[in-house]
Amino acid sequence: MKAEKFPTEKQTVKKQGWKDIPEGGIITRAASAKMNKTGSWRAFRPVIDESKCINCAMCVLNCPDNAIPFRDGKRGPVNLDYCKGCGICASVCPVKCIKMEEETKFRK
Amino acid sequence: MAAKGKTVPLTGNYAIAEAMRQINPDVVAAYPITPQTSIVETFSKFANDGRVDTEIVRVESEHSAMSACVGASMAGARAMTATCSAGLALMYEIVGVASGLRCPIVMPVANRAISAPINIHCDHSDSMGARDLGWIQIYNETAQEAYENVFLALKLAEHPDIQLPVMVCEDGFITSHCVQNVRIYDDAVMKKFAGERKPIHSLLDLKEPISVGAIELQDYFFETKRQQQDAMEKVPKVYLEVAEELSKITGNKYGFFEEYKMKDAEAVIVTMSSAAGTTRAVVDKMRNEGKKVGLLKIRLFRPFPYEEVARALSKAKNVAVLDRSMSFGAHAPLYGEIRNALYEMEKKPGLQSYVFGLGGRDLLESHVRQAFNDMLTGKVSREKRYLGLREASE
Amino acid sequence: MGKDMIEIRIHGRGGQGAKSASQLIVEAAMDQGRQIQAFPEYGPERTGAPMKTYARISDKPIETYEPVLEPDIVLVIDPTLIGQVDVTNGMKGDGILIVNTTESSSEIKKKTGFTGKVYTVDATGISIGLLGRNLPNTPVIGALIKVTGVIDIKYVEKRVEGMFLKKIGREKTQANIDAIKKAYEEVKE
Repeated sequence: MKAEKFPTEKQTVKKQGWKDIPEGGIITRAASAKMNKTGSWRAFRPVIDESKCINCAMCVLNCPDNAIPFRDGKRGPVNLDYCKGCGICASVCPVKCIKMEEETKFRK
Repeated sequence: MAAKGKTVPLTGNYAIAEAMRQINPDVVAAYPITPQTSIVETFSKFANDGRVDTEIVRVESEHSAMSACVGASMAGARAMTATCSAGLALMYEIVGVASGLRCPIVMPVANRAISAPINIHCDHSDSMGARDLGWIQIYNETAQEAYENVFLALKLAEHPDIQLPVMVCEDGFITSHCVQNVRIYDDAVMKKFAGERKPIHSLLDLKEPISVGAIELQDYFFETKRQQQDAMEKVPKVYLEVAEELSKITGNKYGFFEEYKMKDAEAVIVTMSSAAGTTRAVVDKMRNEGKKVGLLKIRLFRPFPYEEVARALSKAKNVAVLDRSMSFGAHAPLYGEIRNALYEMEKKPGLQSYVFGLGGRDLLESHVRQAFNDMLTGKVSREKRYLGLREASE
Repeated sequence: MGKDMIEIRIHGRGGQGAKSASQLIVEAAMDQGRQIQAFPEYGPERTGAPMKTYARISDKPIETYEPVLEPDIVLVIDPTLIGQVDVTNGMKGDGILIVNTTESSSEIKKKTGFTGKVYTVDATGISIGLLGRNLPNTPVIGALIKVTGVIDIKYVEKRVEGMFLKKIGREKTQANIDAIKKAYEEVKE
């Protein structure tokens, strides 16, 4: 079985032949999920009203992609590389300070 | 190194449990089902008595048994289980996972009919139903053969070029519960032969971490399956290498099939498992009567040795294939393979399908004789024939 | 069937130890250097249901898996099977029928219509006397040894010890061996 060279995001367009991939579909690299930038799936973007946020971390805990960081008792900005725009954060926010806005608005 | 060992009276199941004891696998996860039960029951006794270090996982179903084996195998462990019939059917989903993830799991199967009607006795419909799931399949005639082929299966499965699971099939009750002379080779020699598994990757390897079971859709799934075919195509070569190594210990031969009195045989029966024993007994009797009959016993059914089988049958006039299962609406499984094997031959022998022994119906020597007589008298046709079936009420 | 192979059929009822009996016979035969085969005809496996087991002993490897159709020797562990089951089915005129019964061999001949050799032994009586229970499967082996000489009693003794010593202790194991010996003495034509 060959050691796998994990392709970069751009290289994934070029797909490998059956002789060059690890057997059994295993992934021979740690944390490879990081490469899958699920942010590209996003149709709605969470926009946080910082003035209302109470730092309760409900959005942090419920985010299925761990895309909202929390350090030293403070919530950080949403990591848009991985945020799929699912809206769970907006739904669980007890003070309703997160609004899901159409992604197209930001991509002009 | 030749190993003398000692001869003991054992059933097929007990002999398989003895092989497992000598192998001392890291994990055995199994669920009882007649007639496989005494394999795991006996092995559990070995574990309880401290004769093996195996972690026995008592699961709630065969689906879980195979799941536990897959998990253990991906973690680098040597994992084994055993099953048959409804048990194999229930683990079906994970049977495909085991081969797809390239887990070298060895699984004895005490062949038993698939319900309905419910039946606990032997036929091959269970493992034949799983013949396209990517497992190597070895069929065994005697307790001795089953015992030895567990070792062959193990080394074949774990070979770096193969990494595929293996079913070691014996006939339920007929072989699994029949007491026979079995030579159990010395522990030290067999343990050395079995060695330790050297996994290529392991989930527990922190230096080279891996993920297993990831989704592959239209992009990579096809390539992964093509690799499985590649591994299967490498089996014959490795099989013969392992067979030679094992042969040095036992003195026995382990070809893809056994040819018995085939050299000048005009009428040949091709069959597998215990039926081969009964057929061999009939060959001996008919040879004494001056009839040119022979037996081709298939051991390796997956991958199927097409070219070698074709060569072996090239001199026969007529060939009868005796299947212990049906493929409803199609050729019986073994017959179909033999027919495939003969396709490219310029001078093809006559070929006739016989199905026998479903649900444990006895295969009598008179049935075998009938098939031989048909072949000797050129009664070959495309009709499906059945041995031991009641055509009319008695 | 060439006489280099001896074929035995044992008739009993589920739970009476017909399977253990066939196993003991072939184990002893194997210890004497013979090729062996023993297998029951598994039915629905109910206690009390008529069942049979087979044993083959040969000097050559045994290839066939056919059930024993033409037995040289038939053992009947349960006398009530006579008349219920065709215990002499497939037997030749030179066959040997051994029955656990208090009846005489001529009575058995009359009931079965069998014209070959018939031997009887009160294995149930021996068993109740020595073991305190009706376990006729081991004593009938004593009768088999005496009548046919197909196996040697000292190899059977060793195998009985192997089978029972751990499970039931020295005293009861010895009682089983004594029962075999008593049946060996008492079996009559």
